[in-house]
Amino acid sequence: MIELYILLILMIIGSIIALEVRDLLSSVILVGTVGVCLSIGFIMLKAPDLAMTQLIVEILLVIILIRATISKDVRFISSKREFGIFIVVIGGLAVFINLAEEVVKNLPIFGKPIMWVSQTYLNNALMSKEAVNIVSKISLDYRVFDTFGAMIALFTAVIGVLAIGRQRSRKKD
Amino acid sequence: MHIEKRKYYFDQSKGMGIIVKTITRLTVGIVFLYGINMALKGHLTPGGGFAGGGMIALALLSLILAFGKEAAIKNINRKRITMIATWAMIMFLFLGFMGLMGGNLFSTDFSNTDSRFALLGDNIMPLFNIAICFLVGSGIYTIFITLIMLRVRKGEDK
Amino acid sequence: MIYLLCFVLFGVGIYGLLVKKNIIKLIMSMMISSYAVHIFLIASGFRWHGRTPVLDATNTMQKIAMVDPMPQTLVLISIIVSAAFISLLCVVAIRLFQLFGTFDITKIKEKIKN
Repeated sequence: MIELYILLILMIIGSIIALEVRDLLSSVILVGTVGVCLSIGFIMLKAPDLAMTQLIVEILLVIILIRATISKDVRFISSKREFGIFIVVIGGLAVFINLAEEVVKNLPIFGKPIMWVSQTYLNNALMSKEAVNIVSKISLDYRVFDTFGAMIALFTAVIGVLAIGRQRSRKKD
Repeated sequence: MHIEKRKYYFDQSKGMGIIVKTITRLTVGIVFLYGINMALKGHLTPGGGFAGGGMIALALLSLILAFGKEAAIKNINRKRITMIATWAMIMFLFLGFMGLMGGNLFSTDFSNTDSRFALLGDNIMPLFNIAICFLVGSGIYTIFITLIMLRVRKGEDK
Repeated sequence: MIYLLCFVLFGVGIYGLLVKKNIIKLIMSMMISSYAVHIFLIASGFRWHGRTPVLDATNTMQKIAMVDPMPQTLVLISIIVSAAFISLLCVVAIRLFQLFGTFDITKIKEKIKN
C-alpha cells in the first residue's frame, strides 16, 4: 500500500513545517493542506463518509483560524527559541517511539482485522430489513447514544461560543 | 427603488468584487440543495446528516464572505438561527423517546416490511438525519456569526 | 509499519504542544494530534480487497468481505466533536488577544502577575 506511506510521510513533513514557520497565515494554510491529505487517506482506506465530513470540517476550521489571525500586527512571530526544553522534548519523543515499536508488534497485521464486535453488528444489519448504509445504521440505531452525546457536546460548544463572544453595550447611567 | 435594492450588488466597498458576487449567486443554491440531498439520503448513500449540515453551513457562509456582513446577516440573523438550533435539539430528543414508547430501548427501529431502498420507507433514520442536519448546520453558522461580529483589535471590546 | 508513522505524527503534535509559545500554534498541534489518532483507528480496520460498508441491490443477502464499520462510526462522531471544541478554543484565543494584546503565553503570564 505504497500510496498510503507516501501520504503519511507528506503529512509528517507538512506538519513539521507548519509548526516551525514564523508567519501565522502560512502555517494555517499548511494545516489545511494536511487536512486535505487526510481526506485523501480516508478515501484510500475505503471510508467515503469520513472523507466528505473531514473535508467540510477542515474548510470551516481553516476559515475560523484565518479570521483570528488576519490583522497586521499579529502575523509574524518573533521570539527566541529555548534550547533546553527542545532537547528534553526530543529525547522524550525518541523514548516514546521506541516503546511504540513494542506496541506495534502486538497489533493485528495491517489488512487482516479482528472483527469481534463488528461481526455481530454486520450480521444483525444484514438480517434486518432496512439497512443499506451500515455506518448510518450503526450510528443511528445500535449506537444512538454516542450520536446523542455528540449532539449535546456540539450544542454546548455553540452555547459556549455565544456566551464568550458576546458584545455588551454600556448603558449610560 | 429598483436601483436601491441592488445597491449591495454593485457596491465594491462591501464584500468582494463583482465577479465573485456573480459566481456566488449562481452556485449557492446548488451547494445548498446538494447538502439537503445528502442529508435526506443518509440511509442510502454515504454522507449522512453531518456532512449535509456542514454543506448547508458552508453555503450560507459563502454569502457572508462574498457580500459583506451587513447584507447577508440582515435576514438570517442570530435569533432565528439559535431558534432553529434549539428546535432541532428538541426534535432529536423527541424522536429518541418515541422509540421508548414501543417497548424497546431508546430509539430502536420497529419496522417489518422490506422497504430498503425507498426514500421514506418504514424506518426512523431519515428523521434523525433531518434533525442532525438542522443542528449541525445552524450550530456552525451561529459560531461563525459570533466570530464575524467580534472585533479582533485590542481595546475595541465591549 | 503504517502504525509507526501514525505514532510519529502524534509525536509531532505533542512536540508542538510542549515547546511552542503561541496560542494559535498550540491549537494547530491539537488538530494534528487528532488527525493522527483518526487515521490510526481507520487503518486498524482495513481489509485487503475489502469493500465500503454499503449494500448494493445485487448482494443484499450475501456476506461480502467488508471493511470494519465500527471505527468509522466512532471517528465520524469524533471529527464533529473536535470541530466544536477547536472553534471554542479559537474564540477564547480572540478574547485573550483583546484583553492582553498578544498571543504569547509567557507575556500573558507576566502581565497577570503584575
